[in-house]
Amino acid sequence: MSLSPDAVLAGLKEIVEEVAGIPAASIELGKNFTDDLDVDSLSMVEVVVAAEERFGVKIPDDKVTELATVGDAVNFIVNAAK
Amino acid sequence: MALKFTPKNRNSRILAVGAYRPSRIIPNSDIVDRIDSSDEWIRERSGIESRRFAGPDESVISMSEAASRQALTRSGISMADVDAVIVATITYPFQTPSAATELIALLGNPKAAAFDISAACAGFCYGVGMASDLIRSGSANYVLVVGVEKLSDFTDPEDRGTAFIFADGAGAVIIGPSETAGIGPTIWGSDATNRDAILMTPSWIDLKNPESLGWPDISMQGQTVFRWAVYQMAPIGLQALAAAGLTPETLDAFIPHQANMRIIDSMAKSMKLPETVAIARDVKISGNTSAASVPIAMDSLLTERPDLHGKTALIIGFGAGLVYAAQAIELPAASSNK
Repeated sequence: MSLSPDAVLAGLKEIVEEVAGIPAASIELGKNFTDDLDVDSLSMVEVVVAAEERFGVKIPDDKVTELATVGDAVNFIVNAAK
Repeated sequence: MALKFTPKNRNSRILAVGAYRPSRIIPNSDIVDRIDSSDEWIRERSGIESRRFAGPDESVISMSEAASRQALTRSGISMADVDAVIVATITYPFQTPSAATELIALLGNPKAAAFDISAACAGFCYGVGMASDLIRSGSANYVLVVGVEKLSDFTDPEDRGTAFIFADGAGAVIIGPSETAGIGPTIWGSDATNRDAILMTPSWIDLKNPESLGWPDISMQGQTVFRWAVYQMAPIGLQALAAAGLTPETLDAFIPHQANMRIIDSMAKSMKLPETVAIARDVKISGNTSAASVPIAMDSLLTERPDLHGKTALIIGFGAGLVYAAQAIELPAASSNK
């Protein structure tokens, strides 16, 4: 199943808003989860698990730390879903 | 010739709980400098505001003895009637003899069956399951189960992943026979593929090497443990409830291992526990005391909420191994926590 980057970004916005309480409007591809959006390491796990369920992909623990920005997460999910 | 063995086939229950909290209260402000952190950072990530560290005169054994004596007094059971003692700990600083044998000598029944178990933060719930089965089979009438840790001996005060989490303390329960079920089936197991998620390194053998990496401390991969605890352990808790004929709606209290407030809250959410379920949040003032956390939290909850005596609770322990165990129980009766 292939996913469009726009669809993944839209889904991620909803997830980050739900998990971390950050308004979807402020979530952009270039934003850093930790520095810009204040998503801490444990909330990041909740985002990742929710994204796995929503997009049907696996995001291993050792990859989570590599997802620094929203764009990193979108690219990983799009590639993992191919 | 066939052997003869007639199992007792009876039920078991927790008769009383006791706890010992070390005298030194350590606020976050005493921890932050060495991990370049802040009180706010620790509260946000763990919910911990303070913890207890044992002093030089407070050992694994002295803390166990204090908790055990309180549980014995509350139960009304004499130590002479306790057939077996199980101590769950990973921080007793002797490979052998066991902490349990040192404890029974102090408690005045040096002939009871006694042994330690190594199941880290799941150790207490492993012990409860074993004690219940010993009683149900007839191998013992009364069992003392102790969960105790002096984690401050094995924590690197400069490790940002553990220094603000781990703490010291002891809890104990007396388990005995019962006409009705007071302890449900144990749901337990391991995930040894995640064995390195929580580790003590180096080994004792490595300490013999003068170029050793230093004193053994316990390290933890926080994200891996959080993910496993929240998303794998919530279904285990629900299994333990179902095995005992309960549902989240009929449960009165949830007393999970006090790993981290974020884990406790996320587990409760994942299990869809209704607001009527009282949730033990002792981690806020006790930190994570590994094997001791469930009985200490049970004692705290019964002190705060005396109306919960005799009510149902879900207990679940999970930790290094990775290992886990969970049971639905009836909390000790009202006459116990005096």
